[in-house]
Amino acid sequence: MQAPASSSNPGYFGPYGGRFVAETLVAALDELTAAVDSIVHGKEFQKEWRDLLANYVGRPTPLSEATRLARAIDPESKLISRLFLKREDLCHTGAHKINNALGQVLLAKKMGKKRVIAETGAGQHGVATATACALFDVPCEIYMGAEDVLRQAPNVERMALFGARVIAVTDGSRTLKDAMNSAIRDWVTNVKDTYYCIGSAAGPHPYPSLVAELQTVIGEEARAQIIDRTGGLPDAVVACVGGGSNAIGIFRGFMKDESVALYGVEAAGEGLNSTRHAATLTKGRVGVLHGSKSYVLCDDGGQITEAHSVSAGLDYPGVGPEHAWLKDTGRARYISATDQEALAAAQLVAQTEGILPALETSHPFAKLTDVATELAAKKAGPKTLLLCCSGRGDKDLETLMRAREERA
Amino acid sequence: MPFSDPTADGPAIARASQRAIQAGGGLDATLRAAKEIRAQSAAPIILFGYYNPILVRGEAKTVDDAAASGVDGLLVVDLPLDEGVELRTRAATHDMPIIPLVTPATLPSRLDQIRALDRKKIGFVYYVSVTGVTGAANANLNKAATAAAAVRAAVNAPVVIGFGVDGPEKARAAATGADGVVIGTAIVRRVENADSLDDGIAEVSSFLGEIRGALGPNG
Ligand SMILES: Cc1ncc(COP(=O)(O)O)c(C=O)c1O
Repeated sequence: MQAPASSSNPGYFGPYGGRFVAETLVAALDELTAAVDSIVHGKEFQKEWRDLLANYVGRPTPLSEATRLARAIDPESKLISRLFLKREDLCHTGAHKINNALGQVLLAKKMGKKRVIAETGAGQHGVATATACALFDVPCEIYMGAEDVLRQAPNVERMALFGARVIAVTDGSRTLKDAMNSAIRDWVTNVKDTYYCIGSAAGPHPYPSLVAELQTVIGEEARAQIIDRTGGLPDAVVACVGGGSNAIGIFRGFMKDESVALYGVEAAGEGLNSTRHAATLTKGRVGVLHGSKSYVLCDDGGQITEAHSVSAGLDYPGVGPEHAWLKDTGRARYISATDQEALAAAQLVAQTEGILPALETSHPFAKLTDVATELAAKKAGPKTLLLCCSGRGDKDLETLMRAREERA
Repeated sequence: MPFSDPTADGPAIARASQRAIQAGGGLDATLRAAKEIRAQSAAPIILFGYYNPILVRGEAKTVDDAAASGVDGLLVVDLPLDEGVELRTRAATHDMPIIPLVTPATLPSRLDQIRALDRKKIGFVYYVSVTGVTGAANANLNKAATAAAAVRAAVNAPVVIGFGVDGPEKARAAATGADGVVIGTAIVRRVENADSLDDGIAEVSSFLGEIRGALGPNG
């Protein structure tokens, strides 16, 4: 299913997207764009990739109904009748990131690239890329902010076990933005033989479209599954938005279903009125970061400001261009959850459903009441909600345990 | 024009950007500096930087203010030829060139695209000596000079060479195939290592003296 991109201007979603990169990368992006057409859209690639999704990743992922959680949030079923979780946390390696990483590394291999690099925040994309590179026998180097190396330590160890080299980035805020700066510098230097595997639906054209396409499997499956289970469409689909890949993946399955409201949940960190948040679409302005025009967090002088979130995967001052367009057109709505709300939601989900969500994923869990309340204002009656459970929280144990001690 | 996230630059220029921003620098301050320099000197001024500060400040306003400050051209490293229509259109009304970059990875079709442009819109072409970021120590300037000479013939415009020119020898090698040489990191490093403003000025002046000497009477 195609997003509302303008066909006369490939690489753009309304005024957003494009290719704002050093000239050195332009030919490589042309090469990649051509390869998406000739390889990714070809029968052979689709067959191999779908086979991997089924027999290696474990797709289709289940759709779980979260009844105890729904009743914990809304005991009398006034707002929420049924709540479904699309279980990307059950993917091999623990998050949706593997759908994209396997697709891109398979593409890299078919393009004859000798080396793969990636940036990572939570480490899930790094782990997924390292996994795919182990499977396809390609050398792999992962850039990760030094702060994230500390707070997502289990994922750093997993990457090392898969044979990847993890490079800790000590510039700037030492998080995802800085990891991406370093990955881009590496790519500019080694562009001839190196494939840059971007982990979210962001970056210069064709990455936002390519990553969205590889994640659309989430939305396609979820739509068929929920119709099968409930006989109809959900009233709303809710997902967290860092760069926006799991959200765009599930949204694209429902883009043409106008009755389905789409909600993206960003990280409000320590609060939207503080300077410590990562709510790019809610509080940012139009700008250019990491190769595309979209919303960014920056000051009046155009300097990018440091983002903050307890969740490393949402701790990013940019967002994919398709989300900027969905926001402007009103097709999707973007709200945010604070660190504390997300931490509390993680605990609640664990205790009511026996599912430990990633801190990224805990953000939409924290906003289910808000979403249902907003929907009720438009149309009476309890609603069916679908949440993209993008990943599991094993990597966040230390942060979660610390939060638990602080509350106790 | 300092930017917080200069992805085409190596560590020295990235650190310089951070120092400038921390000291209150940015596009406004750069334009003020250009105006002060213009009041004292007729030397051409080209502003180098990234697109976001320009976009956020306003493309038309920035170009107008740059022209009023005596700026002669813009080099926006993350704005390839296909992007920035508004900026380019406004710059054209001031006859202010936006200098295109060509790199070892640039395809011939790009050179045709540049050749077809009005010379006033580009001024000259900046040939990047390496696939890499600024400050690359391994730049082969002899090879770059040969490539730049071919680019000059293909685009029918003057060409300058930059990236990795760190002393008289590499400057001389670069100049054999180009109409000018760009020195960035080597100057920025001298500023960074200087004990005082005067010391920095003296260091940079003597360094540029050596380069000029190596380039001969037209240096
Ligand atoms: C589990 C999980 N969900 C969501 C995200 C955010 O990325 P995106 O917005 O691209 O889905 C991450 C990123 O690391 C993640 O690990």
